[in-house]
Amino acid sequence: MSETPKSSRQKQDFEHALESSDSSVAQFEHKHRSLFDSVQHFLHGNPTMVPVIVLIFSIIIFGFVAGSKFFSPFNLSLIMQQVSIIGILAAAQSLVILTAGIDLSVGAIMVLMSVIMGQLAVTIGIPAPIAIFVGFIGGICAGALNGFLVTRIKLPPFIVTLGTWNIFFALNLWLSGAQSIRSQTLDEVAPLLKFFGESIALGGARITYGSILMLLIFGVLWYILNHTSWGRHVYAIGDDKEAAELSGIRTNRTLIMVYGLAGLVCAIGAWASIGRVGSVSPQSFQEANLQSITAVVIGGISLFGGRGSIIGPLIGALIVGVFNSGLRLAGVDVLWQVFAIGWLTIIAVAIDQWIRKVSS
Amino acid sequence: MKKALLGAALGALALGISAAPNTAKADEIGACLITKTDINPFFVKMKEGASAKADELGIDLSTYAGKIDGDHETQVQAIESCIASGAKGILLTASDTKAIVPVVKKARDAGLLVIALDTPLEPIDAADATFATDNFKAGELIGQWAAAKLGADAANAKIALLDLAPSAPSVDVLRDQGFMKGFGIDIKDPNKIGDEDDDRIVGHDVTSGNEEGGRTAMENLMQRDSGINVVYTINEPAAAGAYEALKSFGMEEGVLIVSVDGGCPGVANVKDGVIGATSQQYPLLMASKGIEAIKAWADSGEKPQNSQGLNFYNTGVNLVTDQPVDGVPSIDVAEGMDRCWG
Repeated sequence: MSETPKSSRQKQDFEHALESSDSSVAQFEHKHRSLFDSVQHFLHGNPTMVPVIVLIFSIIIFGFVAGSKFFSPFNLSLIMQQVSIIGILAAAQSLVILTAGIDLSVGAIMVLMSVIMGQLAVTIGIPAPIAIFVGFIGGICAGALNGFLVTRIKLPPFIVTLGTWNIFFALNLWLSGAQSIRSQTLDEVAPLLKFFGESIALGGARITYGSILMLLIFGVLWYILNHTSWGRHVYAIGDDKEAAELSGIRTNRTLIMVYGLAGLVCAIGAWASIGRVGSVSPQSFQEANLQSITAVVIGGISLFGGRGSIIGPLIGALIVGVFNSGLRLAGVDVLWQVFAIGWLTIIAVAIDQWIRKVSS
Repeated sequence: MKKALLGAALGALALGISAAPNTAKADEIGACLITKTDINPFFVKMKEGASAKADELGIDLSTYAGKIDGDHETQVQAIESCIASGAKGILLTASDTKAIVPVVKKARDAGLLVIALDTPLEPIDAADATFATDNFKAGELIGQWAAAKLGADAANAKIALLDLAPSAPSVDVLRDQGFMKGFGIDIKDPNKIGDEDDDRIVGHDVTSGNEEGGRTAMENLMQRDSGINVVYTINEPAAAGAYEALKSFGMEEGVLIVSVDGGCPGVANVKDGVIGATSQQYPLLMASKGIEAIKAWADSGEKPQNSQGLNFYNTGVNLVTDQPVDGVPSIDVAEGMDRCWG
């Protein structure tokens, strides 16, 4: 379109009137955002920022309250060790929660698989690598059983995993006879089972292989969820299962795979837990199911599915560890640690609800 | 009037139903064993002892257990089923020693003999009798042993105490306080953990009585003071966990770990030098004596008597160690192995 020089043409009357009128293009009313709204929008786009901010603040605060011991590299690496098992379970839990499900059986799967590995390697005398492999297969089967019941029999995940929690727990008792396998026996017969208890010294810090394993698991899951189509499907199913189905995702198959993968992660956690505890202990980690959910929720993954980053639960688990360590070093009674974690959980969910409102 | 009649009829019907099992089993003495959990080898052994004795005496034994330690509700239901079944007596290890009292009273009012095993009820006379380890004595023995073992160094000891749970059930308090008294610490209120102000105490932490809890608690206390050289533990799994923590700090040498229980893996740990000494208790004996008492009650209405000077029947406790010290009676690991449970 060629432009006509202004001077070459006389303006018509109606054009004069137009000049003083509003020249902006038709658009939606633009609401002015307060700082509060901006924060809400920012958090909606970056749900992991809340736990990151909480983690940074709690580290700073406990640094003051608990003194220099808290900040020592050794203590920080110790926190990492202490949360490693719950962290791994939280990774498994996140996968399921992202699909708007919940898995109450993660801790029970883990303990059961550690008992299976221990009994096979020690009592029956199968070589340790095979015992561990069988444990991994067992974990996948246990998870897939959950997935099967959820998708094919169409039962709510809460009910299914509440049931399998009990089933796996009973199997654990039956297989172990409620007896621990001692650390010294493992050293003799199957030291490989304790592999993840080994550590490397780095300055003052002592980083166990178990801590590194936890980070690796989160790294791999992060890649799968963000850079594969399968990962996108997981988010899509959690956001709206029907819409995902209609857009061609084989939702049931994907869901079974999600539960199976969660089971595998639990079984890997089982191997790591033997290293952490030092023995095969059927009585340990009885609260791990719920602790993993706590870490996931504090980590900013929405219990309604489809939203949140897999890195969040790692931060969530670390926050719990920092709180426990800090409060203990400050000499606070145990029951107040429990109290603090309780409030933290509620506040985390409240923040999640508030952030969700942004889209409505 | 009509309503009242109907109510009476329904009541009679209900009575008839609840009385039915009574008549059905009139020829056989029934007994119930209710434990905290099925998971702890201690209770597994208890069940073994009770079953063996019941078979021997021709008693029909039903067993119940809570799902986890602290599962009060299941125990209440178990007692109710037991009353309804017309059993003559109940052997009970209560999860919640205070809250269980009203339903225990219901059972006693219905003519059942209720014996608390291992864990006394609060108040202790809420049960007809208590067959238990003297837990204070068990703690005292390991305290005395640790003090004697250290000799003059006991005056500068640094002590970590690994307890059971934040709710501090009576067994937790008794062992913890017994240990301190045996070690020579002023325990002030013997019903309260943590009111002591002796400088030698680094701190208390809780373990849930398992390896994972023992390890984490030990790590936390080592962070408070890395010079700890005496560790009291509520039971042997917690002791095993504490040892793993010390090993990861490279400090397992020169730290004295003492414990209570006498389970087979625990005694094996005494043998291997993981635990210095442990106080052994005898759950099998508690249960078999309990069954005998129910039999006596059913036959002659005779109630069991308390041990001299105690308000319960003491089923005994022995210190197991291969490093005996003067003035503290003990048995060696070989004998401990013979008598261990689990």
